[in-house]
Amino acid sequence: MGGCGIAGCMNLEGGRISGDVIARMLETMGERENGLGAGYACYGLFPEHRDDYCMQFFFDHEEARTAVEELLKAMGSITKDERVHTQRVKSMRPPFPMVWRYFFRPSSKLEWRGRTDLSDDDLMVQLAMHVNAEVEGALCVSSGKDMAVFKGNGYSYEISKYYDLGRYSGKMWVSHSRFPTNSPAWWGGAHPLSILDWTVCHNGEITSYGVNRKFVEMAGYRCSVLTDTEVVAYTWDLLVRKHRLPISAAAFAIAPWYHEDIARLDPESARLATWLRITYKEALLNGPFSIIVGRREPEVTMIALADRKKLRPLLCGRSQDGRTAYVASEECAVRIVEPEAETWTPNAGSPMIAVVGKGIVRTGNEHPFVGGE
Amino acid sequence: MAQPIAPMRRMELEAPERFIPVVDAGLCKRCKKCVSECSYRALDFVDGNVKPIGGCVACGRCINVCPAHCIEIRQIPSQFPAHANFNERVRRAIMSQASTGGVLLTSCGTDIAYPVMFDEMLLDAAQVTNPAIDPLREVVETRTFVGGRRGRLQVRDDGRLHMDEGPGPTIAMDMPIMIGHISLGSVSYNAQKALFAAAKELNILAGSGEGGLHKDFLPYAPHVVSEIASGRFGVTGDYLKSTAAVEIKIGQGAKPGHGGHLPGEKVSALISQTRMIPLGTDALSPYPHHDIYSIEDLQQLLSVVKEAVEYKVPVGVKIAAVHNVGAIASGVVRAGADFITIDGFRGGTGSTPRIIRDHVGLPIEVAISVVDQRLTKEGLRNRVTVFAGGSIRSSADMIKAIALGADAVMVCTAAMVAMGCRVCQQCHRGVCSWGIATQREELVSRLDPEVASARVVRLLRSWNEELKEILGAMGIDSVESLVGNRDRLRYFGPNSKIAEIMGVKHVGEGWG
Amino acid sequence: MPADVWGERKHKDVRFDPASAVERRDGLVIIRADTKDGEGRMLHYKVLNDLIRREMLAGTRHIVLEGVMGHRYIASTANRKELYIEIRGTPGNNLGAFLDGPTIEVFGNAQDMTGNTMNAGRIIVHGNAWDVTGLAARGGSILIKGNTGYRVGIHMKEYCGVRPCIVVGGTAKDYLGEYMAGGTVVVLNLGGARGSPVGLHLGAGIHGGKIFVRGKVEDHQLGPGATVRPIEEEDLPELLWCLEEFERAFHTSAPKDKNEYVKIAPASSRPFSGHYDPTSV
Repeated sequence: MGGCGIAGCMNLEGGRISGDVIARMLETMGERENGLGAGYACYGLFPEHRDDYCMQFFFDHEEARTAVEELLKAMGSITKDERVHTQRVKSMRPPFPMVWRYFFRPSSKLEWRGRTDLSDDDLMVQLAMHVNAEVEGALCVSSGKDMAVFKGNGYSYEISKYYDLGRYSGKMWVSHSRFPTNSPAWWGGAHPLSILDWTVCHNGEITSYGVNRKFVEMAGYRCSVLTDTEVVAYTWDLLVRKHRLPISAAAFAIAPWYHEDIARLDPESARLATWLRITYKEALLNGPFSIIVGRREPEVTMIALADRKKLRPLLCGRSQDGRTAYVASEECAVRIVEPEAETWTPNAGSPMIAVVGKGIVRTGNEHPFVGGE
Repeated sequence: MAQPIAPMRRMELEAPERFIPVVDAGLCKRCKKCVSECSYRALDFVDGNVKPIGGCVACGRCINVCPAHCIEIRQIPSQFPAHANFNERVRRAIMSQASTGGVLLTSCGTDIAYPVMFDEMLLDAAQVTNPAIDPLREVVETRTFVGGRRGRLQVRDDGRLHMDEGPGPTIAMDMPIMIGHISLGSVSYNAQKALFAAAKELNILAGSGEGGLHKDFLPYAPHVVSEIASGRFGVTGDYLKSTAAVEIKIGQGAKPGHGGHLPGEKVSALISQTRMIPLGTDALSPYPHHDIYSIEDLQQLLSVVKEAVEYKVPVGVKIAAVHNVGAIASGVVRAGADFITIDGFRGGTGSTPRIIRDHVGLPIEVAISVVDQRLTKEGLRNRVTVFAGGSIRSSADMIKAIALGADAVMVCTAAMVAMGCRVCQQCHRGVCSWGIATQREELVSRLDPEVASARVVRLLRSWNEELKEILGAMGIDSVESLVGNRDRLRYFGPNSKIAEIMGVKHVGEGWG
Repeated sequence: MPADVWGERKHKDVRFDPASAVERRDGLVIIRADTKDGEGRMLHYKVLNDLIRREMLAGTRHIVLEGVMGHRYIASTANRKELYIEIRGTPGNNLGAFLDGPTIEVFGNAQDMTGNTMNAGRIIVHGNAWDVTGLAARGGSILIKGNTGYRVGIHMKEYCGVRPCIVVGGTAKDYLGEYMAGGTVVVLNLGGARGSPVGLHLGAGIHGGKIFVRGKVEDHQLGPGATVRPIEEEDLPELLWCLEEFERAFHTSAPKDKNEYVKIAPASSRPFSGHYDPTSV
């Protein structure tokens, strides 16, 4: 089945994987993209700045950079900032935004518009949404600790070259190549979409976008990128970070079982399942999707989930030595880097969860409420 | 109730007849069935022939019973000199009020041709970028839950997931439809029985209306939403506890700001028993609830009712759609309502002053959208179930109402039409020839509850199937993903301002 | 950013055991409504009503509520005829709403909406009971030693010999017996207030039941549909029953000379039938 390409890999023991690996995985699924956007996110790549929020921006002009920098200085301290390395790729056409990176610490006693109850994480969410909505010519691409997003308008091989991904290595990579459907092709709209330490790579089209958008807006998120993927990222942040749902419960809210299937669960699970559906009915992502979700807190985590009708492809893999976990739209993406991998497909609507240090804690073929972080 | 059927009041200056039943004398079998069936006394048998004698309301009963199929009701062309401003409707009202000096009474929803925004919106469908779903072969869910929500669930993980605290009471309906509040009193025993039986068969809810619950209907209580209106007729603790949910009725779309008035003619022995009032007295419902003069008082009534039902069933509030409906709905939710029912101005009634029916309130399309947007903005939309009613005529209206932001719709007039009603707007006279809006035993017996119930069941089932067809076409496999999904609507009418207020894009506008 | 609305105020406190508010002494059950919970607040009404409900279901016949201070909905829908609840303090609004059998005695004043939609039982108030007392009551007695407020006895009704009554020892304000469809209201004016012991718009829209007022009622005080009628012989048992009910409640005597009373009754059981034009043009 078609659509965009997604791929992810993780060293389950916390070792590091070079950006070349993920680039090869994604490029192998070249048939799944049409050159209108691709991107990569890496986790655990800045050990020397692991406690700083790493904010990466696209700036259209110098004024935008100045404005953001002033804002950051007012809100906290910049430990370090640098231009993100990019190199010319002949086939890519301008305009190219300026890509800039700040290692940032919010000041400890800060108010945000009268709110004194915000945690550092809440503040970072507000800050990123503020920049995206209010600062002309600036877009916050990623803002989590010890993670970064590299994306742009082009084919996956162009973007990996543009950022020279081989320069980076990290505990986990997630990636996406695009065959855009409804939203226009632009640098900011490429995946992964990120909020705080969350990244989402998404193949599909959400038919319930209006409802899901209401769900996150009710909780104060502002949608600025106008893609359904942005809403998916906010949904994960809201359900897991704010509402403290276990990942498998959040996944169930997002892709629940049918009521007729829930009726066959044991009574306690059925009750939980029904109440997840009732309480989070606006979080249900309807329509076809397969997603890879990356997260850093409390451990680097990779979640892979497909819609409950399984209208988009998703395949998981484990290296023969058991050290590396893979997720991809197609088997070839795993085989190209790990010819002897064991592969399987998670059930529709059932998440595969891999956690650095813990291994693959859920394959996606278990009882919906067993197995988690 | 053996009072004779009162003839139409003769006026000094009588308005011309509007309808005339025409009987083909050649085909007529002289069985006189039409004469005896006409509860409006518009036909008589004179000199060996059936003759119209005035007062026909076009209820169509005679046509239905005529074995020779030889009756036709003709709408008499206007007998008034043409005048677009002082039109016939206006002149008839003047003539009648000049004769009676009364406040014009009427029934059903307004018959004025106001714009209907439902008819000015188009739905979306999936093409290429996502697949449509075949509802006949794949799952498309229409189950709808009614009740308050917490907005958040506490889930514990100790190797297996557990829910710490159970949320409040909730009811599952098999389709996002509720049969609205039609009281025993405004309609007959047989009519209410048919509606309740249909709700049970469909596993949905039906409203009791403000008239209490007849003891015979206790078996239907798990599918009945009991109503506490200002008259508190038949309201006891046991009654409230026995039903699936309780609704505090503040207002009704057909008569916002007006109380209820069941004329003494309709207070038969049966009604008197159920409402617990003496025979033949007017059953009056005060205009406001006299324990609710403010939103704080509504909170009190909600709280006391929740105490009364020991927090075991959802307690909601029905309001008529009025100009400030968004803020009112927000207050109602904050006061603790588990569900809120919004009734648009085109909604029906068994009796209302025409001045209110025709000129007060807000169309339901706008009200739903405004309420949904307001509750979303205030972070309250996931706390409450929203019902919308007020002239849901078809599955298309239902689907658009849900896309505008209602969790479920409330259907009344359409269910009545399914049972035989012709919307002749005479309910308040209590002589409904179809045995629906009447308490006269000889008329009530004309309605077979089983037949009527089966017709309502078939109607609503077909609507639900149509809903699934549309959901499938949109690539949505569960109705909750349509609730407030205004992105899947486009406005196709003359007034883009109203589209903007409803939060619906214009046709031709794409995503983003 | 909207306020976090999911943070529901918690009335349950795990560190606090509501049973600690209950004391059993000399065959009585005493519930102290002013018992402080873990956060130093009085018992919430939900907790108090839950305790009352449990006692009722356990068959307790005499409950004393002490330290009551604005607790709402006390004993709403309580339905054991033999239950007697004694209230010390000031009960909150909607005392005994939907009451169906028990007797509640308040040693103090009651607030608004006492006996809302009451079905059966007695509510005795050794003080005043304020606005909207006895709204839509269908049965039972509300006996008030002192005064009552506005809109008392609205839409009371009676059916099949079940008839609610409200007896007020002192005076009542405007809209007494509005929409009244049955039952009896008696205003005794025992304090001997000057002028009329009832306010304006008396019995507005009354279409059933009777209001007896000991003292003057002038025409301008009457609401639409209400008329002053002489007290007939057939009214006496009803009036006397109400007076005796008052005497039983307060161990006092009530004036029984029918000449001191006036009766307000409906002009018609259908006061507004001529108001409408049903022609359906």
